[in-house]
Amino acid sequence: MGLKFERNPAPVWFRPLIPLLAIVLTFAITTTLVLLVNANPLQAYYYFLVEPLSSRVSVIEVLVKSTPLLLTGAAVTFAFVGGFWNIGAEGQLLAGATAATAIGLQMDGVSPLIALPLMIIGGFAAGMAWVLIPALMRVKLAIDEVVTTLLLNSVALLGVSALLNGPWRDPVSQWPQSPEIAASAMFPKLIPRSRLHLGFILAIIIIVIMWFVLSRTAFGLRMRAVGMSPHAARFAGIKVEQTLLISALVSGGIAGLAGVSEVAGIHFHLIDAISGGNGYTGIIVATLGGLNPWGAGLAALFIGVIDTGSQSVSRALGVPVYLGDVILATLLLVTLAMLLLQRYRIRWVRQP
Amino acid sequence: MNDLLSTTFLVGLIAATLRVATPLVFGTVGEVITERAGILNLGIEGIMFLGAFVGFAAAAKAEAAGMAGYLWIGLGAATVSGLLMALLMGLLTVTLGLNQHVSGLGITLLATALSLFGFRLVFGESSVLPSIDPFPQLTPFGDAPVIGPIFTQYLLTFVAFLVVVPVGWWLLYRTNFGLNLRSVGENPEAADAAGINVFRTRYLALAIGAALMASGGAFLSLASLGAFSPGIIAGRGWVCIALVIFARWDPVRGMLGALLFGGVFALQLRLQTLGFALPYEVLLALPYLVTIAALAIAGRNVAYPGAYLKPYRRE
Repeated sequence: MGLKFERNPAPVWFRPLIPLLAIVLTFAITTTLVLLVNANPLQAYYYFLVEPLSSRVSVIEVLVKSTPLLLTGAAVTFAFVGGFWNIGAEGQLLAGATAATAIGLQMDGVSPLIALPLMIIGGFAAGMAWVLIPALMRVKLAIDEVVTTLLLNSVALLGVSALLNGPWRDPVSQWPQSPEIAASAMFPKLIPRSRLHLGFILAIIIIVIMWFVLSRTAFGLRMRAVGMSPHAARFAGIKVEQTLLISALVSGGIAGLAGVSEVAGIHFHLIDAISGGNGYTGIIVATLGGLNPWGAGLAALFIGVIDTGSQSVSRALGVPVYLGDVILATLLLVTLAMLLLQRYRIRWVRQP
Repeated sequence: MNDLLSTTFLVGLIAATLRVATPLVFGTVGEVITERAGILNLGIEGIMFLGAFVGFAAAAKAEAAGMAGYLWIGLGAATVSGLLMALLMGLLTVTLGLNQHVSGLGITLLATALSLFGFRLVFGESSVLPSIDPFPQLTPFGDAPVIGPIFTQYLLTFVAFLVVVPVGWWLLYRTNFGLNLRSVGENPEAADAAGINVFRTRYLALAIGAALMASGGAFLSLASLGAFSPGIIAGRGWVCIALVIFARWDPVRGMLGALLFGGVFALQLRLQTLGFALPYEVLLALPYLVTIAALAIAGRNVAYPGAYLKPYRRE
């Protein structure tokens, strides 16, 4: 007995339905947990999915929550499409946040027209630098990048912690947080008296550029070829190493921007919880988005809704706020499994 | 300086090293067994966390109900939670043949979220952390100088070094099952042709590995802390992932790596309490940096298991 996989690509109209089916299935599975706390599942889903979109304030909050996810999701999508398994968006985000803080602390009296581009370039460069070693090891030595990028996440977190407990420790409160960055280095607000900031626009621009590069340029075509099959790409005369290296570095840079955006747009100083796992959630965004830039954008917004919703469901029904995290993790695994349907027809057979 | 060279300091350091290394030994041997079958289980961080939580929650409930063997009930429950995660990981990566690293990370995210959810569910939002009466330390050498205090350790520490490591080594290199497991990890097509059940072997490797990882997590909540907190694992699973490579996929070298890291960790704690101002984070980053450097130096000669990260499908 066993499962048999028959190569049989799903019809085109079915593919966009896969993430939707995955969402439905995920909610069906996680209903058990809602029942465990004696809450009404329909009410819970109302607070999860409708409440966050029902007022202007909460919609803005959804966009705020989505901002770093748009960037980390874009970063992971770009790397995965190019065949570089970057698990290190978390570390690259922290590198970008650290660079942004370092630059932002020096920007007193500098015009925002200079300070903001410097923050963005510096964060992008720091993210690139953080992925450089795993990328070179993959390209030059054929060493798998999954573990190296993953381990550098822990190193980045320790690095941030060393800075916050050392040179950057707040001199007044003695808390492990950096002093505040200069006002000129803070991202302007898009809507007065809200938390929505320039980072959101930055993320949308990145997604649009990424869509253009991946689907409208020769480089994007080469990248996708390398991602599908490095051997075939090499045979077709593509410089596989160079292409992989660029995919990896750009991905690291975009993840670095997520760190810039959180420092310059939300927190204004570095704390060790600056990421809150957004680097890892980027992998969920990319998977749910089917490794497509628009898909990643929608997925990031959807996850922003769930994130916001988990707080309202917790307030209203007393369901632990971590239900949101359970749903997201389940969604990742369910989507991953359902994506098989894109390429295979799966049959249950009695005799393997 | 005299402080550092005194016998008391060294004895305390060695004893602490063994304690710190214990969960790492469990996790590393578990991950070695899993990876030798051709599966990278990045679920380790979450499985250790789940083991710590489930072990603690079951023990706390059993203790409250007045059961004498509550700690063993906790350890058993932790093991079962590990097995369930192994089953899920097997379903994803063995049966469905999905991407191992994304599946593994998904397991870590899921197990972590489930534990935090469960913790709120079982213990509510009280500001006082619940605690239990943990495993006592054993004193096989009584008050004897030097070896007395060094071997004043929890039972699970003895189990890690005297049972898990040797049995893990024996299982991998001296049993038919170990031979099958390694051949499934090197070349599943050939193993299948030789009549080895690739799927069953990989499921078993995942199960043994995850049971060990969960026990390693439970050691922290049931023995060394007697409590559960969100920061209880704090990247220990990722340290194990590094140690497996550092140990070149061998349980005994894995134990040595765990001792080395345990020693560094225990040393930095002691230096901090003695008032040495040092960026201890640099020391804590060592296992990761050393592993990455070791990979870079070994370069193309890194002896990954042949079928590492590759799903197996019968065509």
